[in-house]
This record gives sequence, structure tokens and C-alpha cells, in this order.
Amino acid sequence: MVQNTKSKGKRSKKPTYTKETYLEWYEMMLRIRRFEERTLMMYGQQKIRGFCHVYIGQEAIAAGMISAIRPADAVVTAYRQHGIGLARGINANEAMAELYGKATGVVRGKGGSMHFFSREKRFFGGNGIVGAQIPIGTGIAFAEKYKGTDNICVTMFGDGAARQGALFEAFNMAMTWTLPVLYICENNGYAMGTSVDRTSNVTDIYKIGSAFDMPSEAVDGMSPESVHEALERASEHVRSGKGPYFLEIKTYRYKGHSVSDPAKYRTKDELEEYKGMDPVKTTEKKIIDGKIATAEEIKAIKDKIKVEIDEAIKFAESSPYPDPADLFDNNYVQKDYPFLQ
Amino acid sequence: MSEEMRRDENVFLMGEEVAEYNGAYKVSKGMLDEFGAKRVIDTPISELGFAGIGVGAAMNGLRPIVEFMTWNFAVLAFDQIVNNAAKTNSQSAGEFFCPIVFRGPSGSAGQLAQQHSQTFESWMANVPGLKVVSCIDPYDSKGLIKAAIRDNDPVCMMEAEVMYGHTGEVPEEEYLVPIGKAAVRREGTDVTLVSFNKLMIPLQQAADELAKENISAEVIDLRTIRPLDHETLIRSVQKTNRIIVVDESWPFAGVSAEIAYVIQKHAFDYLDAPVIRLNAADTSLPYAPTLVEAYLPNVEQIVKAAKEVMYVK
Ligand SMILES: Cc1ncc(C[n+]2csc(CCOP(=O)(O)OP(=O)(O)O)c2C)c(N)n1
Ligand SMILES: [Mg+2]
Repeated sequence: MVQNTKSKGKRSKKPTYTKETYLEWYEMMLRIRRFEERTLMMYGQQKIRGFCHVYIGQEAIAAGMISAIRPADAVVTAYRQHGIGLARGINANEAMAELYGKATGVVRGKGGSMHFFSREKRFFGGNGIVGAQIPIGTGIAFAEKYKGTDNICVTMFGDGAARQGALFEAFNMAMTWTLPVLYICENNGYAMGTSVDRTSNVTDIYKIGSAFDMPSEAVDGMSPESVHEALERASEHVRSGKGPYFLEIKTYRYKGHSVSDPAKYRTKDELEEYKGMDPVKTTEKKIIDGKIATAEEIKAIKDKIKVEIDEAIKFAESSPYPDPADLFDNNYVQKDYPFLQ
Repeated sequence: MSEEMRRDENVFLMGEEVAEYNGAYKVSKGMLDEFGAKRVIDTPISELGFAGIGVGAAMNGLRPIVEFMTWNFAVLAFDQIVNNAAKTNSQSAGEFFCPIVFRGPSGSAGQLAQQHSQTFESWMANVPGLKVVSCIDPYDSKGLIKAAIRDNDPVCMMEAEVMYGHTGEVPEEEYLVPIGKAAVRREGTDVTLVSFNKLMIPLQQAADELAKENISAEVIDLRTIRPLDHETLIRSVQKTNRIIVVDESWPFAGVSAEIAYVIQKHAFDYLDAPVIRLNAADTSLPYAPTLVEAYLPNVEQIVKAAKEVMYVK
């Protein structure tokens, strides 16, 4: 039985992964960061509408997670999902076009910012109802076990979602039935304007797992290394048929909850403290200082991402909106369903 | 809400972000300062749990106002609303009753996509034991919420996200607007236009358009969905002989379906044309602007329908 512990959490100074891995992480984090910055800009120009929650500050989780799991594993998360979607392999063009509500978007403009899905990339969304994906991810894992695969389902949710009853029901069944599900709570300190300590006496969210004898631990979410290391270990446990695992990954969102939130409920000092741990900058520094790669190699990545995001904007801008006649598409699989007029 | 909380110390407000954040849509602005944390309570994101806590508190003598950030999230709490709040009185043979208000915005609000764009009046109105109020008129909203808080039965109040900035005369003084009474917003003789909540806006605009063409529309704002004000509807149709129902519910068993039934049952002999209803499209609402545009009934469609029942081009 794995202990419910707080992981040592000290970031190792010494690089322990290959150059390729570091550069992959860096590139992915930078892709997400730049994508989200442009998203905010385009929201400001009203090209993107509705609820829009960006991932800035949390990039190390997406990067460290993807390197630790397999393409065949399933991933499901909440509405703060652009970063996870990109990391799962949805390309920036399809993602940006989706935010624009264009027919070329990853779900053809039907979902927008909160609802990316990709069968090919094994990305199950994109859920706008807080906590709903916790039992859904458990069910995806149920199906994997049922079919006898060795795939796992990574089921992600926020600190706010950890207070939904659905979590407790799902955790219990997942343990009882030994399902291959890896739960990840991305604890960014707040659920909208409510800090974690105002939602429960249990502020170490990983401890919830112990009520179900689920192996659980807290992880530093500001570094891709620590995220990768924890996920590798946890996913190995889950994949080997030992049942669920729960990681509380401590992170921070640099922006407000959504585009419309000025985030007045937190202090500037707190924000600055976390900006000091910026995963993109820290990793860049580590790569350079540790002589993992050269400044030129870093610059080449920066240039590549710039081109990629510029291209995504162009692609989204020049794509058409869905035809209004598509309004009834995809409500049913049945093609000739008789809708009421 | 504040007036009622001053008047009755058993009234309290509970929900996500209602206190320190002053409400996700600033509805409860200043209330924490005035009433303190005992009576203006931030909850975790636990809709089923806090709705149930509201029900228990109501059974035990308090008068909770439970805010849902939107009614889409109240779906998680339907067990407590439908299986408990609505049934406490009946299953306890009146030993207990449940004076609680469940409130929040309902309906689409632009490009919010499938899960955040739903309309719940007809869902809740289907349940015996609940009352359902849905009104965006500022004056009436105040009178209705006060009536709802004082009501001894559970009341579901549907507001509208896009109408929180809507302004109008709201007097400081004390008044109630009775639950179960529709309002005739404009008298007319040729055709009855009826709706509720935010679709009252295109309805009124359609009436203006029709007036330009010398068609006199009577405009009715239901204000309450359950109990439905049959009398006002029937009296109007007896006068105009024509009715168009504009309803953000999905068409199947929507509010408009109930009205159409009531009219054919009680005013059949007065009708000069079939009842026409204009609903939200029979589909989940996607995100893209072109699809949002095609989803709700608009002024043009209402005018067209009115002309259709008038048999004019
Ligand atoms: C069931 C439900 N209740 C309320 C909301 C409104 N809401 C959207 S996001 C959110 C906060 C969630 O916070 P957290 O789980 O910590 O995720 P984060 O936004 O920090 O990523 C709330 C209350 C919702 N979408 N669904
Ligand atoms: Mg959070």
C-alpha cells in the first residue's frame, strides 16, 4: 500500500531527464502560454466570446502529465482545458478556430472555450459542470478495464470541484471496483473568488483519498519534472491493475478565474510569489544554466511557437462560421431524427 | 432580499460566491456587509448539499434563499428540490412545510454553449408542490421576490443573466407582487402576444412594429409560470381571438404547450386562428455565433406569426 504522504516536493537542482524531454516540456509550456496570451487578446477584441478560462501559470501540469502517460490513455478535464487539449495533441489551429466558433474548430465551433473533444487524441473534454467529469472519467476507466486494455484514464478537476458529492461517490466505486483511473486535482488555490480554506476544513485535498484507502499525495505543480515524476509513478500503479491513485497538484493561476474576473480577492504579493516560480521561465533558466541546450536552441523554439500561434490566428480569422442550418446537427446519432419545428 | 432580511431574521441567503464576492453577477452586493456572515453565506461548490441544507433549515423554521449561480447547476440539486422541497408538505401530511426560495438566472445568454444555456421554467413547473416565477421587469421582480420569500411553499425564481443590467423604476417603498398573476403590459384588440422573462423584450418590440401597421397587439407577461394565470390569458383571447406564445423553453412539453392546451380547452369558440408558439430551437445550443443567432425566436418571427394569425401579408 502506498502511503498517503506529502511528497518531499523539493525541486531537484540537477537535471535528471534527457535534453529532448526538457525541450519538449519547454516547447509545450511555451505553446500553451503564448496560445493563452493571444486568446486573452482576441477575447478583448470580441473575436472570442462566452466563458473563457485560461491556463496561464498551470502549464507545467499539462507538459509533465503528457510526457508521463501514453497516447492511448484517456484524459478528461473541466472547462479550463485549452492547455490540456493542446498537450494532448489538438493543434493550435483547431483550438484557436474553436475559440472563434469557426467551422474548422476541433468540434466545428460547437463547443467553444469550454468544450474541446477529440476521439483521435483520446481527449474526452472539456466539461462545464464543476465536478461532472469525476464520475465520467471513472466510467471511462471502467470501460478500459471492461475491455481488458492496460490504458488508464487521467481524470482532472479543480480544488473547487473537490467539494462536489460526485467526487466522493466516484472515489468509492473506483476503489471498490479497482478501476484504472488516475485522479488529478489541479489545486490553483481558488474556485472563482473562494480560496481553498473557505471551502473545507480539509485544505490538503490529497487527504480526501485516505477516506477510501486510495493512495494519494501532494505534488509541486510549478515544475514539469515533479509533475512528470509523480505521474509516472502513479500511472504505473494504476496501469498495473492496483486501482486508482490520487494526486493533488499544487499550482496557481496567474489570471482571474475567467476573462471577466478582476481577481480582487487575492494579494499582489501572493501573485508575485507564484510568478517567481513561473514554470516557463524556471524551465528556460534551468535549461540554459544547466547547459541542457543552447540559447540558440531556445530561441529556435520561441520562433517556432510564434509562427505557430500567428498561423493559428490567421487560420481562425480566415475560417468560416458554421452554417446556421447546422443548428440541429449532432443532437442525435440518428440521421433523420424528427425535430419539433 | 435585503428588505425581507431586515423584516424577518429567519431569512438568510446562501450560495456560491454570494457573500465575499458580492454574487457572481453582483446580485447580493453589499449584503454581507449589512447582514454579516451568519446570514449571507458562501458555500463550497456543492449544489446538492447546500440545497438540501436549505430544505432542512426551511423544515425547521427558517426561510432560506438558496442562490444557484445559474439554474444549469441547480440540476445537481434537483433531487432536493423535486424529491424533498416539493414533497415535504404532502409526505408529512402538513406536519412540515418548506418555505424556501431557490433562485438564479435561467436561459441562454449568448455564446455559453450547451451546458450553460438551458431554460428551466417548464421543468420545474411540471412538479406539483413547487411554484415557479420568472420575470425580468425590475419593479415586479422586487415585489415577486418579496412575495416568494414570504410564501410558505417552495418557490423557484428564474432570473436572466443578460438582464441583470436592465434598469427601471423600482420604488424604495414596500410592496408585493402576487405570485400567480400575469401582467398585461399593453392593451390591444387584434392579437394576444404572451411570453415571460427576457423574451418579453422582443415581444414588446414586435408589438411596436405591429402598431406601425395598425395591428393592435395585447402584450402579456406571465410573470408566474406555476400557477399559471388562466383567467388573464382566456380573457385576452376572448377579446383578440388570436394568441401567439413566445417561449424560451424547448417545444416539447414547454410552457407554450401548456398555454396552448388551456386556450383550446377554455377559449376554443373564441379562436379565429390556431394558437402559434415560437420556442427556442429543439436542440442543445452550440457555441458559434451563427448558431446562437438561429436559436431564439426574434422580433421578425413574432411579427410574421402575428400577421399569419391575422391572415394579413
Ligand atoms: C455545478 C457547477 N456549479 C457552479 C459552476 C460555476 N463555476 C464555474 S467554474 C467554478 C469554480 C471552480 O473552481 P475549481 O474547481 O477550483 O477550478 P478552477 O476554475 O480553479 O480551474 C464555478 C463555481 C459550474 N460551472 N458548475
Ligand atoms: Mg481552482
